[in-house]
Amino acid sequence: MGLSTTLTINGVTRTIELDDPRVTLLDLLREQLGLTGAKKGCDRGQCGACTIIVDGRRINSCLALAVSHDGADVLTIEGVAQGDRLHPVQEAFIAHDGLQCGFCTPGQIMSAIGLIQEGQAGNDPERVREAMSGNLCRCGAYRGITEAVLEAKKTLDAPSRREVA
Amino acid sequence: MKTFDYVRPTTVREAVAAAAEPGAAYLAAGTNLLDLMKGGVTKPDRLVDISHISGLDRVEDLADGSVRIGALIRNADLAHDRNFARRFRAVAEALLSGASAQLRNAATVGGNLLQRTRCAYFYDPASACNKRHPGTGCDARGGDNRLHAILGWSESCIATHPSDFSVALAALDAVVEIEGKAGRREIPLEAFHRLPGDRPDRETMLEPSEMIIAVRLPAEAVRFAAHSRYLKVRDRTSYAFAIVSAAAALRIEADVIAQARVAMGGVALKPWRAPEAEAALVGARPDAALFRRAAEAALAEANPAGDNAFKIELARRVVARALSLAAAGTPQRMPALPASPFAAVSGAPAHA
Repeated sequence: MGLSTTLTINGVTRTIELDDPRVTLLDLLREQLGLTGAKKGCDRGQCGACTIIVDGRRINSCLALAVSHDGADVLTIEGVAQGDRLHPVQEAFIAHDGLQCGFCTPGQIMSAIGLIQEGQAGNDPERVREAMSGNLCRCGAYRGITEAVLEAKKTLDAPSRREVA
Repeated sequence: MKTFDYVRPTTVREAVAAAAEPGAAYLAAGTNLLDLMKGGVTKPDRLVDISHISGLDRVEDLADGSVRIGALIRNADLAHDRNFARRFRAVAEALLSGASAQLRNAATVGGNLLQRTRCAYFYDPASACNKRHPGTGCDARGGDNRLHAILGWSESCIATHPSDFSVALAALDAVVEIEGKAGRREIPLEAFHRLPGDRPDRETMLEPSEMIIAVRLPAEAVRFAAHSRYLKVRDRTSYAFAIVSAAAALRIEADVIAQARVAMGGVALKPWRAPEAEAALVGARPDAALFRRAAEAALAEANPAGDNAFKIELARRVVARALSLAAAGTPQRMPALPASPFAAVSGAPAHA
């Protein structure tokens, strides 16, 4: 079969020819589409730096074959702001120093957006930490990350901001 | 990674036919398979992508009271299915104690059962491993084997099976539904994974090209809903495989244990059901001394495969504590740290 995959990426649908079945969603985004926000940390599903949202669910894009995700809806860090208006999770990461070097941050933010959508953690910092355990931060910004997730959830829960969730 | 042919069947029948080619492997989410392929541990010639087959992603209540879990349901979806988790909390707790949220969002029920051991020597193509290359030896035997097996191991292989989900399923007498060229059949989950013996390369009872299509919990499993827990000791609080884990499920009538189920994880190359412990519990009043006796019975045959004798006493304590947690009752809400010994439970002893 000719290998191609049709993906809706940050709202734009396109059919992409794949020259190799081994291409992961991460490599497709970074190498073929110029979307380098998702980072290649471990490339083995251990660090979470490549986290993106596929069909509404946060996953490790390094362990997802592009060809297998034919028809999927993909959201990456490049697609979460509205023009110059940052997503509430991005704003909260800045406000709470949820980063130092920034390498893990796109994955942290996509994971946090997924976590808030899942609705399992509520306002409990321990549940937030547990639900964010798939995202490693070698700078150790965990405290700020947890605070940022809790504040962003509060912002997104407010009725006036619900449309950006 | 070696390249491969990619085929995407739309029915189970097509998938089974496509997987009959030599060198074929099934691909569901790929969270374990792609990792193994990237490391050169597994080199399939053909991937049969079953993730687009419809009808395998449902939880069904069957007429006889059993519950059928489709093989392609994502781990997170099953754990958060309220109607399922309300009745099978130890299963949901086990699922939520495994991997990370991202991996649970992708990984499937069938893939969880079929995931490979995390033995570092199996993962390292430069090491001798009878499971990866039969007859080459086992570098884990004289190596770093703190986390290896204490039950059911052999001179050929001392690895453990990493699944938490399977441990809770084994405790509840789950059955694996399989489809292959010869049609459908089923195997009790407890008998699905093989012990290593002298053929650790043969990991499950699946024949070539057979695939898991569902896992079924019998009607009786729901009777443990009020007293069922999973407990998992890890090297870190979250996102780690078990050093030792235990599923405990009790049916208590008039303060006496009428029925008991105990299974352990991280101790062997399969989820380890402990019928001796169950027999010790039935007919007795639940208390700490009873749970300790049951735990001792569960580990009576245990034997360290290396520098891991500590796991035997750890497993006794994990079993005893899982039983005391189960006896205290299934919590109304999933603990913030599922299956964690660090979860604060009012009234529970700090030490088992």
